[in-house]
Amino acid sequence: MAKETKGWNEFDAGAILFSFNKETTVSNLATTLPENRAYSQSNSYTASVADWRVEKPVFNRDFCIDCQFCWIYCPDMSIVSRNEKMVGVDYDHCKGCGICVDVCPTNPKSLLMFEEKKSENEALANWPKKESKKDKEAN
Amino acid sequence: MAEEKKIKNLKSFSTSADRFEGANLLCPGCAHSIIVREVLNATNDDLVISASTGCLEVCTAVYPYTSWDASWIHIGFENSATAVTGAEAMYKALKRKGRLFQPERTPKFVAFGGDGASYDIGFQWISGAFERGHDFMYVTLDNEVYANTGGQSSGSTPIGASTTTAPAGRVSYGEKRHKKDMMAIMAAHGAPYVAQVAPNKWKDMVKKIQTGFNTKGPVYINAMSACTTEWKFPASDTIAVSDIAVDSLVFPLYEIINGTELNITYRPKNIIPVRDYLGVQGRFKHLFQPENAHLIDAWQKRVDAHWAYLQKREEARV
Ligand SMILES: Cc1ncc(C[n+]2csc(CCOP(=O)(O)OP(=O)(O)O)c2C)c(N)n1
Ligand code: SF4
Ligand code: SF4
Ligand code: SF4
Ligand SMILES: [Mg+2]
Repeated sequence: MAKETKGWNEFDAGAILFSFNKETTVSNLATTLPENRAYSQSNSYTASVADWRVEKPVFNRDFCIDCQFCWIYCPDMSIVSRNEKMVGVDYDHCKGCGICVDVCPTNPKSLLMFEEKKSENEALANWPKKESKKDKEAN
Repeated sequence: MAEEKKIKNLKSFSTSADRFEGANLLCPGCAHSIIVREVLNATNDDLVISASTGCLEVCTAVYPYTSWDASWIHIGFENSATAVTGAEAMYKALKRKGRLFQPERTPKFVAFGGDGASYDIGFQWISGAFERGHDFMYVTLDNEVYANTGGQSSGSTPIGASTTTAPAGRVSYGEKRHKKDMMAIMAAHGAPYVAQVAPNKWKDMVKKIQTGFNTKGPVYINAMSACTTEWKFPASDTIAVSDIAVDSLVFPLYEIINGTELNITYRPKNIIPVRDYLGVQGRFKHLFQPENAHLIDAWQKRVDAHWAYLQKREEARV
């Protein structure tokens, strides 16, 4: 597919990108959640890095204590928390780093890495049992 | 001034709506992003942000995308301080003339730069902005290396680290010079608030950022940014490595008010040996060869001496 690409001299010197559609206004962005924002097509929120992942974190509600460690330490805004509860993973923006799993304090963990192609149901069905103190020390 | 955002605990903090977006191109596990989130989420006020060339800027403004839900400007490597303080000066002028479009709003001005941009190439511009006394916050994303261009040594690179300009090998143990004490340099400007933060200690960090936002005048924040790619540890370990960094006192957490009042803000319950910090990073791997053992001892002595120095300054209030 031959696509016309611009040469350096044809680019405008400097560029302004609008994060949101121009006609929309919100009184305070800092209190407006993504679902209530009108992202423009220049906002990287509308893009995806899902194909960076080899493994993905899967969330298991059963063990979660909503401590929000995963939320604060996720570098990619991919832990979705609403009303102080952990809701799930945003798989468009998660890069699969595994930090959320590392910082999750429950036993067994409420987030674990699984192969990207494994289904969520399969992952949940294979969730490990609670680890005893002895096993933990052996690891 | 608008009311300070109330952040009681992590649960209440988690109701924040991020103004920094995903599908940026920072490495998986990059701490720059965790730092940016904690800074931006510390306030509900509008933000005017600048960024120096470096991983953060290059990866979050890839045409035709932006990852910033705030006024954001990039000009060059050396001048994020100048760019944002120019905006701040304009804001003050318009305010004086009664020409602000939304006079009720109280924007915060923040510049982000890497350690290369801050300790070396943009230093005179930061120094000038602090001398002029602008009301802004400068945040150094301190990963101790020119990461974006492939890991060259900067003025922040500590002794013994292997970098692409000071590689460890048969004839060398890597970087030969010590890390510059940027905290002391910025405090010596007489800045009203200077603080070292680490994103893994989010509460300490967010408190300092809020103090910075409430301070009139120039504020300097040195933020430790553990870099999975250049420090060479697995991406999942960014927080674990950061914990070791603060608990070994390699990155002590403290603040300096008005250039003299130094407060240590975090005292580890169990101080971890510096050897453990060095041991989790590939950039220090060669230090564990027998001929380099003296360097690990010297590291520990240096960290101990600096901790003693900070405690003395805290006590003396000078
Ligand atoms: C004046 C100038 N010199 C050199 C460069 C090349 N350059 C771009 S990014 C970069 C490294 C940035 O390092 P640092 O400031 O530590 O930020 P990091 O990427 O580590 O976050 C360099 C050397 C440049 N863009 N401009
Ligand atoms: S870190 Fe684990 S327990 Fe805490 S909110 Fe996240 S998933 Fe739940
Ligand atoms: S794997 Fe990394 S990017 Fe994905 S949700 Fe967990 S912390 Fe965030
Ligand atoms: S090289 Fe380091 S600082 Fe740069 S994006 Fe990767 S992890 Fe972040
Ligand atoms: Mg750097």
